[in-house]
Amino acid sequence: MRYIEFKKIAETVESLCIAAAYELPGDVLAALEEAAQKESNPAAAKILNQLIENARIAAEKEIPLCQDTGLAVVFVEQGADSAVKTPDGMGRLTLFDAINAGVESGYEKGYLRKTVVAEPLNERRNTGTNTPAIIHQRTVPGQKLKLTVMTKGGGCENKSQFRMFRPTAEKDRIINWVVDVVSQAGADACPPFVVGVGIGGDFELSCLLSKKALCRNLGARNGDDFYARLETDLLSRINALGLGPQGLGGDTTALGVMVETAPCHIASLPVAVNIECHSHRHKSAII
Amino acid sequence: MATINKLQTPLTASVVHSLKAGDEVLVSGLIYTARDMAHKRLCQLIDTGGNLPFELEGAIIYYVGPTPARPGRVIGAAGPTTSLRMDPFSPALIANGLKAMLGKGYRGEKVREALKKYGAVHLSAIGGAGALLSKHIVAAQIIAYEDLGAEAIRKLQVVDFPAIVAYDSYGNSVYKK
Repeated sequence: MRYIEFKKIAETVESLCIAAAYELPGDVLAALEEAAQKESNPAAAKILNQLIENARIAAEKEIPLCQDTGLAVVFVEQGADSAVKTPDGMGRLTLFDAINAGVESGYEKGYLRKTVVAEPLNERRNTGTNTPAIIHQRTVPGQKLKLTVMTKGGGCENKSQFRMFRPTAEKDRIINWVVDVVSQAGADACPPFVVGVGIGGDFELSCLLSKKALCRNLGARNGDDFYARLETDLLSRINALGLGPQGLGGDTTALGVMVETAPCHIASLPVAVNIECHSHRHKSAII
Repeated sequence: MATINKLQTPLTASVVHSLKAGDEVLVSGLIYTARDMAHKRLCQLIDTGGNLPFELEGAIIYYVGPTPARPGRVIGAAGPTTSLRMDPFSPALIANGLKAMLGKGYRGEKVREALKKYGAVHLSAIGGAGALLSKHIVAAQIIAYEDLGAEAIRKLQVVDFPAIVAYDSYGNSVYKK
């Protein structure tokens, strides 16, 4: 068994939160640059270049890419032979406590916006710490701890959708619906998007898969040929919408589409679409 | 062909009527920030006949909740949030003198009707360009609802803040939708 210091985990999460807010990932920046070059609509190309300029200013002047520094969504892959070593005298703290401690200090030290309210319907009081984080933990073989922090804005998350299809539904029906969800998201959700699609599992797993899909590198296709083609087909259909950057028209409505799947019930075909804005912020580290 | 208009706040009726959907604008002067909760409170004040924390006549409201300013800086990232969420509140503010809203994305039918009826516009800034847009804000001060944190009402001094006219006062929109 390998023991990982509580403080080490918290510090790693802290730096991931800050890095995510200030540095657009290389694959996203490259996709924006490629889109700006290919874009046939000059107004759309101008917006794409402004987004590239925004990323430059953010990194150089230490201004967050977007004022919506988001909920901290943390994907954890924990080695089965690893455990958290809590500091003396702090009682029984868990991995989740370490992650939340890191989110709290990261949002404070990084001058990031605290965007979490304690409960949804009554007083909606801000927790003041940007915690609790949304944490998805999975056990994997080994002794390492992989942490991925995705800071997810509200504007795009609000446009994400779920739907149960009949198990006999044809592929085209699914494609049409996903394209329709993206169309409905429109200008409000800050296109060009990155689109995560979760197919299969059950109600909640399909939603989780749709978000997990967003962690993948933009250039990487699904390992299964059928679903890799589905990704390519979806991307061309979405870009054919002509919605364009900021919804003002153009060839670039999405920078990428990623599909993740899971086995499901014989009666079900759940599909979830997670809409992510162009400010697609996610950073990973392995301890 | 779209034109670039330099706008100075407060806006007059004639300036508002000169703007057409698709025009690029550069806004200078004082503007006020407000998001969801601040809108709810402003509308409650209007309903109860209370005094608003700023003069609505000719004003521009910017839908933004900035990140905290680093020491020695005016403001953090400060791009627009989704305008549609303010739809239930905007018509009352427009009826009371608000001349422009600055946000991103679509507006519903009731807001579009109010823009026509009272002569106002909706401006759209680049969503997700919070770092770039913050360079056009030269002063910021909280003037109301400090308890709302990032959502407090701020008075911002802006210089050549870039946006486009997304909905004009004639019922036209830059969006196909």
